Amino acid sequence: MKQSSGKSTKKMQEQTAGVYKRSKKDSLKRFIFGSKDKEGAGKQTVVYLLLISIGFVYLYPLLYMISKSFMSVDDLLDTSINWLPSALYTANYTNASKAMNFWNTFKDSIIVSGVPTLINMAVCAVVGYGFARYNFRGKKIMMGILLFSFVIPPQITMMPTYVLYSDIGILNSLKAFVIPALLGQGLKSQLYILVYYQFFKQVPQALIEAAKIDGAGHFKSFFRIALPSAAPAILVVFLFSFVWYWNEAYLTQLYVVGAFADSNAWNTLVVSLKTFEDSYNSAASVANSQMLNINESIKMAATMLSILPLLIMYLVLQRNFVESIDRTGITGE
Amino acid sequence: MKNKKNPQKKYKPGRLKAREDRMGYLFVAPWIVGAVIFVIYPLFQSFWFALNNIKLTPRGRMYTFVGIRNFTNIWAEDPDFVTNLQSYLTETILAIPIIVVFALIIAMLLNGNIKCRGFFRLIFFLPVIIASGPVMNQLTDQGAATIPAMDVTMIEQLLSQYLPGFLADPISSVFSNFVMLLWYSGIQILLFLAALQKIDGSLYEAAKIDGGSGWECFWKITLPTIKPMILLNAVYTVVFMSNNEQNDIINLIYTTMFSVDGGYGYASAMAWMYSLIELVLIGVVAFLLAGRKDVYERRAKRYRREMRHMARVEKKLERRRLRHEAKFRKEHEKDARANRGRV
Repeated sequence: MKQSSGKSTKKMQEQTAGVYKRSKKDSLKRFIFGSKDKEGAGKQTVVYLLLISIGFVYLYPLLYMISKSFMSVDDLLDTSINWLPSALYTANYTNASKAMNFWNTFKDSIIVSGVPTLINMAVCAVVGYGFARYNFRGKKIMMGILLFSFVIPPQITMMPTYVLYSDIGILNSLKAFVIPALLGQGLKSQLYILVYYQFFKQVPQALIEAAKIDGAGHFKSFFRIALPSAAPAILVVFLFSFVWYWNEAYLTQLYVVGAFADSNAWNTLVVSLKTFEDSYNSAASVANSQMLNINESIKMAATMLSILPLLIMYLVLQRNFVESIDRTGITGE
Repeated sequence: MKNKKNPQKKYKPGRLKAREDRMGYLFVAPWIVGAVIFVIYPLFQSFWFALNNIKLTPRGRMYTFVGIRNFTNIWAEDPDFVTNLQSYLTETILAIPIIVVFALIIAMLLNGNIKCRGFFRLIFFLPVIIASGPVMNQLTDQGAATIPAMDVTMIEQLLSQYLPGFLADPISSVFSNFVMLLWYSGIQILLFLAALQKIDGSLYEAAKIDGGSGWECFWKITLPTIKPMILLNAVYTVVFMSNNEQNDIINLIYTTMFSVDGGYGYASAMAWMYSLIELVLIGVVAFLLAGRKDVYERRAKRYRREMRHMARVEKKLERRRLRHEAKFRKEHEKDARANRGRV
């Protein structure tokens, strides 16, 4: 009995020693591939490498744009210069901004995308609150129409609305953006209504009922209770609406600028980028010898100019941009 | 007025709530008006446009009714629409899996234990901000949308050798504009990331205790949990790819609208055709991704169907019973009357 137990302990010791030895031998492998409860260093490096390389691919067009926009004609033709221009050449930017009439267009862009955005913020909040708080008849059908109107291509309603706008005389003016936004049918308004809807659903009903007992009416409980707690949703709607109005060239050109634009109409940066080649050539012919012929660098400089305001806004507000999406609960659908 | 006549009705339960809920119409009213004016009415009007030929004259629009000839002309006589449609369909069908899978991979990489997650998220979300139609056009014109280290021309040559033309062109355009596709997946990455962060960590712990590897965890836990998000992202990708300015058909409709031989009528017919095809595509995607249901869901559904069937049968029997009763009563009364008459 005693002997056997001694034998078994000896055996166990041997076994544990073996395990210990093996683990030492495998420690390198474990260091690289990781164990069940700890990630290995090798795996980590692979993840970082992947992220960095994909990140580079993402940034590549932007880097390309920046480097090209600072190149002079000589640099463009010189095959030995790939990325770094030989000197910081800013004439591209001055030429491009002259052709785009930068400051005027910039001001127009802010108004054209800012005013409908503010209206969107307000109107979509009201509509979203109505959908979230009340259970009226036909609500389901209305929500269905809401989703449907998000999915259908805008082209199908484009021509009748174009005709309608020209009939009531709001074409080629800011009203063509403002009036649909006032009626909750602005650019991607359906999405913002859904964002508000999701958000107001999360406002506890007890809070609103308590306010009702204290004598708050429907509008008071909306303005005093629901709206102040919806700050993240308001921010999301503001940022996205602004960005999307800013980037919308197609409808802006059709409704606000006009298909056959004259000189004193509205003009946004993105639309002027669309017609950049023509406007640059006409500007160059007026300015005669002072402006160079159009080349890639100038085009890239113009592109850069048109996205620069958004880029700055994004870098300043990036935390709000990305995190507010989580907070609105739009992802919880 | 009615309440005075019928005071009992005033205290019916849920009546106050129903009256209060009617306030919802007031809140939603602007949207209802907007939907009627800017969605429903234009939808019907554009169908009416599509059935007509419209000429713009100084005195106004001249309508000539042509029936469905606009629709048939699109398929029979317009070479642009059909070729553009073909490339649109192949490109979109190729783009959906690329974008969704890629977004999922990036989201999973970001979801791990990573330093500077905020920085990477900043980069991956950047394209959503700046990728507008004209900007993308400029970039693709410059060839800045290809992957830097990839030899695109070789791939194109290879593809055109081994594949028929209608397949080779879209695939090679996917390769040459690969960065563009990646740029379009910003929103999808965020949606996936948010979904991944909501998965309970204890699920993975439990699976690990039971000896599940990371691979198994992915297939058995991660994927089923984010399945609804995959559907959402796929549909979003279709909608985005179809309504975006890089799309040739969209530009075709725009140019047709103002061209001499096209006009509003023909362009409307095109838009209708295109929308129908897009809706069918969304339907197919939704069907493929949402088709199979959980075994418990299926069982519950079958149970519910059986219960409904039972209820229906019971109601039928009840109705039959009542009918028979009424019939017998009538006959009995007739008999009784006859008997009375005899007596």
